[in-house]
Amino acid sequence: MSAFSAILRRDMLLAWRSRADLLISLAFFVIVGCLFPFGVGAEPNQLRAIGPGVLWVAALLSCLLSLHRLFAQDHQDGTLEQMLLSPDPTVLWILAKVLAHWLTTAVPLLLITPLMALLFDLEGGAIQVLTASLAIGTPILSLIGAVGAALTLGLRGGGALLALLILPLFVPVLIFGAGSVDAYLAGTGASAHMLLLGGGVLGALALSPIACAAALRISTE
Amino acid sequence: MSTSESRFNLYHYAAPQAFYPVAGKLAPAFAVIALLLTAIGLWISFFKAPTDAVQGEVYRIIFIHVPAAWMSMFVFLVMAFWSAIGLAMNTRLSALMAQALAPTGAMFCFVALWTGALWGRPTWGAYWVWDARLTSQLLLLFLYLGYMALVAAIDDPRRRDKAGAILCLVGAVNVPIIYFSVKWWNTLHQGASVSLTKAPSMATIMLSGMLVMALAAWAYTIAVALYRVRVLILERERHADWVRGELARLGEAN
Repeated sequence: MSAFSAILRRDMLLAWRSRADLLISLAFFVIVGCLFPFGVGAEPNQLRAIGPGVLWVAALLSCLLSLHRLFAQDHQDGTLEQMLLSPDPTVLWILAKVLAHWLTTAVPLLLITPLMALLFDLEGGAIQVLTASLAIGTPILSLIGAVGAALTLGLRGGGALLALLILPLFVPVLIFGAGSVDAYLAGTGASAHMLLLGGGVLGALALSPIACAAALRISTE
Repeated sequence: MSTSESRFNLYHYAAPQAFYPVAGKLAPAFAVIALLLTAIGLWISFFKAPTDAVQGEVYRIIFIHVPAAWMSMFVFLVMAFWSAIGLAMNTRLSALMAQALAPTGAMFCFVALWTGALWGRPTWGAYWVWDARLTSQLLLLFLYLGYMALVAAIDDPRRRDKAGAILCLVGAVNVPIIYFSVKWWNTLHQGASVSLTKAPSMATIMLSGMLVMALAAWAYTIAVALYRVRVLILERERHADWVRGELARLGEAN
């Protein structure tokens, strides 16, 4: 467990030292969200209808933007190879890195989501459901995204390639995440969506670190 | 091992050098079969199959559309199979097979979407509806494109094979998840969506035309994949002596 906490502490510290990067993906989330009223018009009913979906898409893109940082720096300075050589289980420290990624990119986004939801005139209950769905859904994005980041490590055109690989896989998360708010507003309750997202977290937690470890070994050999 | 040498050994053909001539013999055979089956299938579809009572002549697009859609999904499964074999047994040929299949799968995916749009316009009044099947087919096309883009972006052959294989397996795990989530999303949003299910009783002659076309698509896929894998083998093994000899022979033939 010491490797897990050591990597987690190190990545959190590194993220804190370069906190401008974190603010950039947060600002990206805010700006993408703000663009939609200009595009589709500021009619309140329409904004209420598209709000949850728009904020989910913005969160997804903002996550994508920060994913390439997950392994890139460690790959450049050779730390990654040393970590792969270490006797600690690879899956363990990958989980620590993914957790650090989630804590530093998704959690700030969760904190600002209620504020963004007000721009789309969402009511209190819907804001709670939206924030909860993001809280449960974003770990899946980090976990699946880690596999993509490991596969595209150090490739030319890595950012656009990562988007092409990962975005189709994010579709189910988007469907259930944005769908939870719609279900709540329609009166059927969001629990089914939340449970499916929770199942998705557990499934991704079990499978994606293994795929990520294999991908990292391939990318560094 | 001396006793097994005389017997037929499947693993022998896992070596690119051994598989190359076999593929060269099989590919033209499958190409001929594909041509014959396509001719028979088209003949059945245009001259034997009756006009549909509800949809008129436009339903005949089914003879291209359904085999293409079947093939696009099946090819991804075959790619996942070869990827798993390649990762488990560390065979070079498996990854090359997956890479040879990908463009054909993507092509069938595109054909299924395109013919679907052309069919949808006269029957539903729209080129595109966000129906569960259409949407998951579109996402499958993205998965194919992602696989091909990743494979094309990696220069090192070892890394290319293995990274492609992992992506293919991750995609294969996600295909059913994507399909069911899209299906659920669709039924939640649009109460009565356009149903793609055909009339309950399908004339036997229509079904047989579709099956012949499906077999033609199989034969075509096998032939094209074998031709493509031959080129991939030559490219990958270009430093080997036998490839130099083969290339010299091909150069003289032209």
